[in-house]
Amino acid sequence: MDIQLTPNDVAFRDEVRAFLKEKLSDEFKNAVIGGYIDKDTIVQWQKVLYEKGWVAPNWPTQYGGTGWNITQKFIFENECAEAGAPAVVPFGLKMVAPVIYTFGNDEQKARFLPDILQSNVWWCQGYSEPGAGSDLAALQTKAERDGDDYIVNGQKIWTTYAQHSDWIFCLVRTDGSAKKQEGISFLLIDMKTPGIEVRKIDSIDNQHSLNEVFFDNVRVPVANRIGEENKGWTYAKYLLTHERTAIAGVPQSKRAIERIKEIAGREISGGRPLIEDEMFCAKLAQIEVDLMALEYTELRAIASVADGGAPGPESSILKIRGTEIQQAVAELSVEACGYYAHALAQGVGNEYAAPISTKYLYGRAATIYGGSNEVQKNIIAKMVLGL
Amino acid sequence: MNFNYSEEQTLLKDSVSRFIQNDYDYETRKKHCAMEGGFDAGTWQTFAELGWLCVPFSEEDGGIGGGAVETMIVMEEFGKGLVVEPYVSTVLIAGGLLAKAANPEQKSEILSGIIDGSRKLSLAAVEPQSRFDLFDVQTTAAADGGDYVINGRKTMVLHGGTADTFIVSVRTAGESRDKNGVSLFLVPANSDGLKLKEYPTLDGHRAVELNLDSVKVPVSSLVGNEGMALDVLEAVADEASVALAAEVVGMMEKLYKETVEYSKNRKQFGVPISVFQALQHRMVDMFTLHEECKSLLLRAVMSHQAGEADFARNVSALKYAIAVKGQKVAHEAVQIFGGMGMTDEMSVGMYLKRINMINTLFGNGDYHLKRFMAL
Repeated sequence: MDIQLTPNDVAFRDEVRAFLKEKLSDEFKNAVIGGYIDKDTIVQWQKVLYEKGWVAPNWPTQYGGTGWNITQKFIFENECAEAGAPAVVPFGLKMVAPVIYTFGNDEQKARFLPDILQSNVWWCQGYSEPGAGSDLAALQTKAERDGDDYIVNGQKIWTTYAQHSDWIFCLVRTDGSAKKQEGISFLLIDMKTPGIEVRKIDSIDNQHSLNEVFFDNVRVPVANRIGEENKGWTYAKYLLTHERTAIAGVPQSKRAIERIKEIAGREISGGRPLIEDEMFCAKLAQIEVDLMALEYTELRAIASVADGGAPGPESSILKIRGTEIQQAVAELSVEACGYYAHALAQGVGNEYAAPISTKYLYGRAATIYGGSNEVQKNIIAKMVLGL
Repeated sequence: MNFNYSEEQTLLKDSVSRFIQNDYDYETRKKHCAMEGGFDAGTWQTFAELGWLCVPFSEEDGGIGGGAVETMIVMEEFGKGLVVEPYVSTVLIAGGLLAKAANPEQKSEILSGIIDGSRKLSLAAVEPQSRFDLFDVQTTAAADGGDYVINGRKTMVLHGGTADTFIVSVRTAGESRDKNGVSLFLVPANSDGLKLKEYPTLDGHRAVELNLDSVKVPVSSLVGNEGMALDVLEAVADEASVALAAEVVGMMEKLYKETVEYSKNRKQFGVPISVFQALQHRMVDMFTLHEECKSLLLRAVMSHQAGEADFARNVSALKYAIAVKGQKVAHEAVQIFGGMGMTDEMSVGMYLKRINMINTLFGNGDYHLKRFMAL
């Protein structure tokens, strides 16, 4: 047993740090701290990563990946988050691209991958429907064959960034008579196609990230289907395993805890800085201990993969505990800000208060998306405990 | 970065694990508890023969030079078996103190006896008012010619009834809560003026209350430097805390696995209770709590191994976590075992009692959370 990084890993980490020091400007960092990052800023950062060749560490090298091993990928993600870099938007780079390069044909790879790599095209995910949340396979959006096209009718919901997106990847029902998992296909749809309507969802955080997407006789070429007809569920499941990586959010939570300490040093409670309040500090310490456990759980999972194995059963708790800890941190941040956490205005009170409640409220989604935590528990009960 | 055991470590794990599985079931453990002294002397000799009593000692001291990893391996398995033999009190605590602070004569006299199984020692450090502060010492030792005369009272001396010698913390200078002025003395169990009251503890182990009434010991009984014992006491307390946490992690693993098995066999409403989602999620929580504690255990062990400055902080994080999460897992096990969880026949309740005992030793959850915050 040994916790030290190898000299090669240390050299790699230093290379990443040097890159971040040079390229990660205050503009990017402040956008992250501010809580809401606009599309231009994210694209700009992703292009910086692209120029360096580091925007798609998970991709195979022939499509523009880095060829890093799992430890290097982990170090890279960690260093970026610790330095306060904007998170890469996952829908194109981390979600649809792996499906395209794994199950798509050569024409599809050539057509879609370069624009994803260069952040020229934005993607969103068309999975959830009003009647298909945790029970995703219950989806009803229909695609009926008409010559070389499908005619798509139905509705998707909770579609993050649909308002910014050029393309959407969708699960659609192509066979209504089969078992529910077996009649689903995976379609790539141009958002400019006639018959698509995006409607904004007003969410509790007062930001616009969520949407409904309606499909009314939308004509989609069969050439835009990935893989075989009615095999889409298999591809989607594959994608979900990609969604799991780095979901623990350890470095982000570490930064958030440092931020709470700064805030609690400036807020006054009982005539003293809040950071001297024993009850507040005890809550903070409890979260820190949980985060220390999560950090090592992640290292254990990484190490077992680096060792050539599969992630052990411990990796299954990363999503559950990671999101629970993110939420606990956000709750305590709101508490630290006192009254101003509740002011619905910019420029009122301390500058750090305004983004805090936005992050807290948006963060309630973390235990719902990517397979709700209750669904995760069902999976662990079945796959790990054999219940 | 790797979490794999070396070949030797794997052999050690297999050997302890096999012994627990084949020779140390819960019925056997109950018999050991009922024996004179509260454990089985023959099993203790087996531990010596298998080389487990020498694990933490350096080769120079007659051991195998094992570190925190080896101790963790032994203790996790001992936890699963609820081992009642005085391994922690004699080998890890008394042996640990002597290995760190004793002079060569003391070491050669005592450590070889610990390693061959012939000698047992217990640390007498806790007093009625001290709670978890090892510096809160009112027992005094006064110089009297070439001797020291010790007066005072010690409590919860683990396995004191079978110890041939006590290591007693005393005040040789200063006020009762001063950090300086604490010293350690070796006091033979047959000393004049020493009175023992032995009692069983809830977890099936034994302890004694110790009264020292003008107990006379020679200067040569002093362990380490006079008045400077606190550092070594705290260092050993931290190392022992990690070992005890490993014992809890072993127990947590056993508890969640046995609860899962029980739920698959217990039928109510015509079905195994394992099909109920309310129980499935509780068992997933038990699994999760175990993995979290295991991670904190590895964190503490690896920071000790690397000699990192944040070892003490990692120990307190671990000890706090096992106090809260370990007890939670034990409570959940009792709940899901239902009425059977309330019986002495099943081991579940004994795991709960042992976990609660360990939570109190060397500082409970609140104590360690406060210490964590201060470090």
